[in-house]
Formats: sequence, structure tokens, C-alpha cells
Amino acid sequence: MVIKILGTGCPNCKRLEANAQKAVEELGSDAVIEKITDTGLIMNYGILSTPALVINEQVMSYGRIPDVAEIKTMLTNPELTKSTTNSTIPKIGGCSGGKC
Amino acid sequence: MFYPIQLLADWLTYSVFSVTPKTLLAGAVNFFIFDTIKIFILLGVIIFVVSIIRSFLPAEKIRDILSHKHKFVGNILAALFGIITPFCSCSAVPLFLGFVEVGVPLGVTFSFLVSSPMVNEVALVLLFGMFGWKIATIYILSGVIIAIISGLIIGELPVEHLLADFVRQNQAKNNLQLPKMNWPQRLNYAKSYTWNIFKKVWPYILIGIGLGAWIHGYVPADFLVKYAGADKWYAVPLAVLVGIPLYSNAAGVIPLVSALTEKGVAIGTTLAFMMAVTALSLPEFMILKKVIKTKLIIIFTLIVGMGIIFTGYLFNFLIK
Repeated sequence: MVIKILGTGCPNCKRLEANAQKAVEELGSDAVIEKITDTGLIMNYGILSTPALVINEQVMSYGRIPDVAEIKTMLTNPELTKSTTNSTIPKIGGCSGGKC
Repeated sequence: MFYPIQLLADWLTYSVFSVTPKTLLAGAVNFFIFDTIKIFILLGVIIFVVSIIRSFLPAEKIRDILSHKHKFVGNILAALFGIITPFCSCSAVPLFLGFVEVGVPLGVTFSFLVSSPMVNEVALVLLFGMFGWKIATIYILSGVIIAIISGLIIGELPVEHLLADFVRQNQAKNNLQLPKMNWPQRLNYAKSYTWNIFKKVWPYILIGIGLGAWIHGYVPADFLVKYAGADKWYAVPLAVLVGIPLYSNAAGVIPLVSALTEKGVAIGTTLAFMMAVTALSLPEFMILKKVIKTKLIIIFTLIVGMGIIFTGYLFNFLIK
């Protein structure tokens, strides 16, 4: 499982990262945490408010900091454990990235 | 409405700190305690309520709504949405790019960029607490009108070539499904947002109210009339110029300015000063320079600045 923290490095992004880290540790999960700080990449997820939490390319929260318990619930949600392989960016109404 | 707080302030001043009543010190201490408690309570309640409203209307949703609107309706909605959206200079670039990329017209985007920092809940609470609801309402209405008109004017100007080269208009990728918050999440969000703002602004407010209390007690009432009264033509533009570099201390500026108004600064001048402090800020310009060229920043500043100066003169003329 891949967890991404979207944010330009503000204190809130660090708090979100710490919460995600703690959730992963408490679950004993093998999830990898990545930080995305590039504005262009962040905006590909369709969000404007940071920090955002993305699990397996799906935006789980944005503009707020979910606590450890909430992130644990997200991580154990069975719907997310599937479909890690195909798309890297969520499908967008008839235009999946690139030129349109 | 604030009567119980006055009782508490009286009790603290005269019984707990045993200041002799009717002295200058008593006036200053009483004013400080009353205003601090009142402002802190108002801040807590209003920021919390606005955060809850915002959890239903985040910037992402506003962007999607505005992308379907054209001028006039779009400008009006953008200026109104700006009221509930907090704006820090660090979010200026993503907001600007995000709006323009999904096809929100430039003029509408600018209406939002003007209204969002100018009409914010912290300024509103302070205005309401220190000047009363009439001035607070005048401030919101003029702020929204300035935002609508500035956006309409910029929308009419040929400024597309003044965007940075990588800004792509009309990319239409706003159909992503973003998660919605549930009620516990909304309450949690509002609680932590309110607390974060409070942590950030309380020292400035204490200093501002402290200076205000001192001025209230010790400076003669008409001291500033001869420098900044309503009949001094240069007061409004000067207030706007001074306000531009003062962004970060908006929370402390309002209590201070309220005390100055009491000592003779005309109310229109005060309003213009506060609008300049919040709407035109140097740090925001520096950040916006990444996405728009300096010429457009200057056009933007001139249009909004003139709107603010006009508002200042208007209220100096209307409210005597």
C-alpha cells in the first residue's frame, strides 16, 4: 500500500505525516509513506487545500489533518487494498491525464 | 449583549486587582479586560461556525461551482464565497492555478482573490467587537463590492498574456471524486482550525488591545483630529500606503486602530486602512509573481487600491 502526503512543507503537512507514520506503525502495516511537495503534481489530484492524504492514489482527506485513529480506519478499509496496479492518477471523466 | 462580560471586567478591575475607580489606570485596565474577554469569546464562536460552513463548501467545491459561471454571476458568487474561505499567502498559487485551469474566468478568479483575504472572519470579529455591527456590516459589503468590481474590470482587460507561460487555461479536470466529511470530522476540523487560528493571533490581539487601552486611558480624545480627521484629504491614501506592508499583524492592527478612531481618525480612513492591510499584501504579491507577471500585479494593486481609497472617502463623507 502506498500512502502519499500532499503538501508544500507547511507545519500541518508534517503533522499529517507524523499521524500517518504512527497509524502505519500501530497497525504493523507494510505501507510506504511518500511526500509529494511539487505543486503541479499535487494539483493533479484535483485538490486545492493541503495537506491531503492519498492512499493507493485515492484522495482520502484534504485541507485537514485526520487523527491517527481515522487514518487507521482508512488503511483497514477493504476497498482500498485492491487495485493498486493499474492507474497512477485517478480516472478523470473521459480524460485521464495528458492532453485534452 | 456583552453586559455580563462588563460585570466580570468591573469585578476583576476593582475587586481582584483593587484599582481605584475613576482613575486613568482604572479606565485602561477595565477596557483591556473587557475587550480581551469579549474578543476571545467572539473569535472562538465565529471561527468555529465559519469552519463548519466551510466544511460544506471547501475551495475545491467553490472552484467547481465557479467553473460553470460567467461574469457578473460568477464575480458575485466568487466575492461571496471569499467571505468564508480563509486565505493565507501560501495557498494563493494553488488556488489561482486550480481556478484558472478548470476554466474559471480570470476576472472571476480575481474577485475571489480580493474578497478571500479582505473579508475574513478574524477581521470581522475584531471589527464587530471593537466598532459594533454597523461598521462590521459596512466593511463586509464594501469589501464584497470592491471584489466584484475589481474582478469585472480585470475580466474586461486584455491580460491573458500577463499570466506565467506554464499557466494553462481551460484544462477541465474538475470531475474528480473527492471524499466528503462526516459530522464528527467536521466538528473535529472546526475545533482544530479554531484552535490553530487562536494560537496564531492571540499575542497580536493582546498587544493591540493593550496599546488601545493605554491610548484609551491616556491620550486626549481629539488628539488625532488635526492630523487625520475627515477633512484631511491625504489621510485616506496615506492609510492605504501604510497598510500594504502590514499584512501579518492584521489581528493586532484592528484593536489599535479602534483606539485611534476614538481619538479622532475618521472612520472611512480607518476602514480604508484595514482593507489595505488585509487585501493588499507584499508577501502575497511575491508569491503571486510565480504565476502572474509583475505588470498584472501592479494593475491588480491599482484597481483594488483605488476601490479602497474611494470607499474611504465615501465613508468619511457619509459618517460624520
